[in-house]
Amino acid sequence: MATKKKKKTDWSKEVFKVLKKADIRQIAYVPDAGHTSLIKMAVADNAIKPVSLTSEQEGIAVLSGAWLGGEAGALLMQSSGVGNVINMLGMANECRFPLLMLVTMRGEWGEFNPWQVPMGQATETVLDAAGVIIHRADDPAEIAETVEAAAKIAFDSGRMVAVLIGQRVVGFKDWTK
Amino acid sequence: MGNKKSKNWHWSQDVHALFKKLGIEQVAYVPDGGLAKLINRCQADASIRSVVLTTEEEGVAQMAGAWLGGQKGVLLTQSGGVGNCINMLSMMQECRIPLLALVSMRGEWGECFPWQVPMGQSTIPALEAAKVIVHHVDQAEKVPETVHAAARLAFDSYRAVAVVISQRISGSGSRG
Amino acid sequence: MASRRKITLDRRKVVEKILKDRGDILLVTGLGAPTWDAAAVGDHPNNFYLWGGMGGAVLTGLGLALAQPKRRVLVITGDGEMLMGVGGLATVAVQKPSNLAICIMDNQRYGETGMQETHTEHGVDLAAMAAGAGFQKYSTVYNNRELAEAIPVLYSEQGPVFVDVKVTDAPQPMTLPPRDGPMLKHRFRENLLGHV
Repeated sequence: MATKKKKKTDWSKEVFKVLKKADIRQIAYVPDAGHTSLIKMAVADNAIKPVSLTSEQEGIAVLSGAWLGGEAGALLMQSSGVGNVINMLGMANECRFPLLMLVTMRGEWGEFNPWQVPMGQATETVLDAAGVIIHRADDPAEIAETVEAAAKIAFDSGRMVAVLIGQRVVGFKDWTK
Repeated sequence: MGNKKSKNWHWSQDVHALFKKLGIEQVAYVPDGGLAKLINRCQADASIRSVVLTTEEEGVAQMAGAWLGGQKGVLLTQSGGVGNCINMLSMMQECRIPLLALVSMRGEWGECFPWQVPMGQSTIPALEAAKVIVHHVDQAEKVPETVHAAARLAFDSYRAVAVVISQRISGSGSRG
Repeated sequence: MASRRKITLDRRKVVEKILKDRGDILLVTGLGAPTWDAAAVGDHPNNFYLWGGMGGAVLTGLGLALAQPKRRVLVITGDGEMLMGVGGLATVAVQKPSNLAICIMDNQRYGETGMQETHTEHGVDLAAMAAGAGFQKYSTVYNNRELAEAIPVLYSEQGPVFVDVKVTDAPQPMTLPPRDGPMLKHRFRENLLGHV
C-alpha cells in the first residue's frame, strides 16, 4: 500500500462541504487540535453559528435545542469529551433528537499521553451503551463520505450518530513544537 | 429469602456503621432519593465530611484528592450521575487510585419517568467500559455485605468499584 | 467590570515567583500548560500533575485540602480547565476549606489544542464567578505589583482564595514532568504520609 500523506486540511474542507450540504446551522465544540480547521471554517461562515462550550455535555443540550428550533447542528469533540456526555445523551435518546457527533480519537494509535488511553479505549463501548450508532473513519479519504452517511442517519432517520476519526488520521502530536 | 430484619431496619444504618468502621472520612454526593437516608446519616456525623457537589464528576476528582491526602472517601450518586463521570474516571484508572461508589439505580425497575431509562440502561456498561468493577445488589439485606466487600476491593486492592443498588430496593421513581 | 487591560505577564516568571518560597505547600496542577509551568520550576514530590481529567483540578484540591486540614493546598490551573469544572467553585465555596488556594494562569486560550480563545477572552470573569460562588478573597492580577500582593493571599489568607492571573499566550518551552500516574500518586503519598 502506498504511504498516505497527512491530508488534514483536505479532509476538513471536504467534511465542511458535507456539513453545508446537510444544512448544518450550528456547530458546537470544545476545541481539539484535530478539529482546528473545521472550527475555523465554521467561525468564518456567516450562515453557521459556532458555539464554544465549556464542557461537551453542553453541546448535546445545545443541539437538542437547535433541533427544537428547526436547525440542524453538529458537535465536534475529542474522545475524552465523550466521557462527559453520557448522561446528557439520555435526553437525546429519550426524545429521539437527531445528533451528529464528530469525534477525534486519542489513546489508540501512537498515543504518548497515558492518561488519554482509558477514555480512548472506552469511547466506542460507552457510546454504544448509550445507544449511539458508531461509524469509524481511519483513512482521510473516507472521512467526508462517512460524515455524509452519518448525517443522513441522524437527520433523516432521527438517530444519534458518532463518526470516530481515528488517531491515525490526525497523526502523532509533536511535542517538540 | 434471607433473614428479614426488623420492620424499621434500613440498610443505610448498617452501611453508615460500616463507613465508621472502615474509617471513611469524606463523602461526596449530589442529592438522591434512593440514597437520602444514608446521606442524612453521613451529614449528621461529625466525623465524616459530607460534600455536596454541583455535578458528580467533581466527586470523582475529590476522591482522588482525598486519597492523595491519606483519607478514604465514598461517592454517592444516582445512576444518571454516572454519565457525568466517565471521563473523570480515567484518572482513577490511570493512577490506580481507589474509588468506592454507591450508585442508586433509576430506569431499571418499575421506572415511571421515561427519560431515566436510557441512562439507567447504560449505567453498568458505561461503568465497566471505564474499568469500574460493578457489584449489583437487588436485595436490601445484602447491601451492607456488598458494600463491605466492595470497600475491601477498592481500598485494599486499589481498584475502582461501584455498588449498584437496584431500583427494586429504593423504589425511587416507581410511584405515580 | 473593569475595561480590558493590557496583558503582559509571562506565565513562567509568574509561576516561578509563586513557587519560589513554596515551603511545604501541596500543589495540584491542571492539565496542559500549568503542569508544564510547574515542571519548569522543578519537579517536586509535593506536586500532583493532572495529565487528564479536564475539569477536575479544583476538586482534587478540595479532597486533598479536606484530608490535610493543617497543610496549605494550592491548585494552579488554566482558564479552560477551570471553565470545564466551573461548578466546582460553588462546591468549594460552600465547604469553606480555609487551607485551599486556587490560582488560574489565564491566557484566555485552550493551549493544548491550537490556542483557540476561551470564554475569558470574551469577557467571562472567573474571579467574579468565584465571588458569586461565595469566595471571600478573589482578585484578578495584571501586573507584578498586583502579583506581589496576591502571593501572600495564596499562601496565608484564610481560604478558599481565588486569584486569576492574566498571562500572555507567548509560546514557552515544553517542560514535561513525570507522566506515570501511579508513580505520581505513590510518590506524593509516600512523601506526605510516609507510606503509599
